[in-house]
Amino acid sequence: MEAYLVAMLVFAGFYALMALGLNVIWGLAGMVNLGLVGFFAVGAYASALLTTKLLWPMPLGWAAGAVMAAAAGAIMALIVARLRGDYLAIVTLGFAEVIRLVASNEIWLTNGTDGISGIPGPWRGDVSPQGFNLIYLGIVWTAVAVVFVLLARLSHSPFGRVLRAIREDQDIAAVAGKPVLWFKVRAFTIGAAVLGGAGALYAHYNAYIAPDGFAPLLTIYIVLALTAGGVGAMRGAIIGALFVIALLESTRFLSAVIPGISPVQKAALREGTIALSLILLLRFRPQGLIPEKTRTKATP
Amino acid sequence: MTNASPPTPLLQVRGLTRRFGGVVALDGLDLEVRPGTVTGLIGPNGAGKSTAFQCISGVIPPDAGQVLFNGQDITGLRPDRITGAGLVRSFQIARGIPRLTVLENLLLYGPAQPGEGVAAAILRPAAMRAREEALRERAKAVAARLNLTAVLDNQASALSGGQKKLMEIGRALMAEPRLLLLDEPVAGVNPTLSAEIATHIGTLRDEGLTVLIVEHHMDFVASLCDPVIVMAEGRRLVEGSFAEVAEDTRVQEAYMGRRAHA
Repeated sequence: MEAYLVAMLVFAGFYALMALGLNVIWGLAGMVNLGLVGFFAVGAYASALLTTKLLWPMPLGWAAGAVMAAAAGAIMALIVARLRGDYLAIVTLGFAEVIRLVASNEIWLTNGTDGISGIPGPWRGDVSPQGFNLIYLGIVWTAVAVVFVLLARLSHSPFGRVLRAIREDQDIAAVAGKPVLWFKVRAFTIGAAVLGGAGALYAHYNAYIAPDGFAPLLTIYIVLALTAGGVGAMRGAIIGALFVIALLESTRFLSAVIPGISPVQKAALREGTIALSLILLLRFRPQGLIPEKTRTKATP
Repeated sequence: MTNASPPTPLLQVRGLTRRFGGVVALDGLDLEVRPGTVTGLIGPNGAGKSTAFQCISGVIPPDAGQVLFNGQDITGLRPDRITGAGLVRSFQIARGIPRLTVLENLLLYGPAQPGEGVAAAILRPAAMRAREEALRERAKAVAARLNLTAVLDNQASALSGGQKKLMEIGRALMAEPRLLLLDEPVAGVNPTLSAEIATHIGTLRDEGLTVLIVEHHMDFVASLCDPVIVMAEGRRLVEGSFAEVAEDTRVQEAYMGRRAHA
């Protein structure tokens, strides 16, 4: 049970990082990104390939994962510069599918659907499996803390103020004298870097990655986490990630305690419970658990 | 009264044309705004006044024509460049950023904030903090002159209609404009506040700011604007003092329609 809890907290850390990355792109700058799992995958594959094939040290691999995803994010932001709302959602969703299909078919590079195994983990094998989990728990949540501090500073700065203005009305931001596209590109790049970093950390924790690990469902979970936590609030992203993981995992046990239902009914009951919880949360707290607040005051 | 020998215009619009599908919104508009004036731009609905503002401020690119500001060709530049050059517009429907406070709405328009760079936003160097403090003081001064001090920390969505109009003007002032384009600054505003806004604009003119105003309230235009340019069907119809254009039969026809049997 303890091992299970630690593993879940590690995953909550990945979710929190992804929600933080999405919060820059969608929460602050208002760009819908349903392709975030694609950036996560780019980071994961980049780090996995560099550390297994070229034997790069792990921290360099993680950094490379973030940089590769950031580059993909910058290109994406330029491609979708003129798109908003639904169209942006479709293009980003398409991007993630493209990444997944490339990973499935470019076998010479990615080993196709068989995936990449034997990805090194810090001190894996030197310590007990539980020891490794605990080490990784520390690494992931340190990363969450560092990213949180950096992004919170970014959010409560003149830069964050312009991103919020672009989110609400980009004509106003332009007339206010701000180069809108340049702000969008930077926001997308920063968010994608965080998503890629999260992917790299995931690859080295799991030791194995394959294309089917990067399905669109993960994107949906992260969007839900951020919506539940509070769009635009960095603390909300972390709280939301913990909330979604808790919801996903606790419902496993919920169905176990209800007697006399078939496994199919159990699965349906679990999905239904998750959906109902989120609907109720957003019905009674549409701004999320942690509402967005800005901190600029007339008399500081 | 217009001057006999006018100084070089601050804004020159030549042959500005813009079509939306088959509709010709601007059909070769020529106009000039001389420095130190509050110039009125009036005309019946559909005359092309708002489209002229959109094209001059860069929000919509024109199909043809030229916009010269302070001798510089700004035709088709991005809106942020035009604002940077010193030509700042307001919006017809006061479009505050609802989830920012009034103070933040004002600060948004502040130019040259190094904290809009990523590294400075995270590291918060002294230059950024000093600039933010200077902009804050400026925002407070702007708010004080527009009677917005009490609501500085309120969200823009919580303002009354009149306060939103005042904030719209205040934001534009934060960008340190040389020419202010105001799109219907007193539409939907009560007469008392309307007179107050006219006084504010008059004071700004006396301090050296040049203003171009689109407005339908004729009392407001008569009390404040000289000269007045009348637009109809995408072109300049007449220009002169308010009394002159009000007497002009072409203007009356443009507003009232031509007499069926004269």
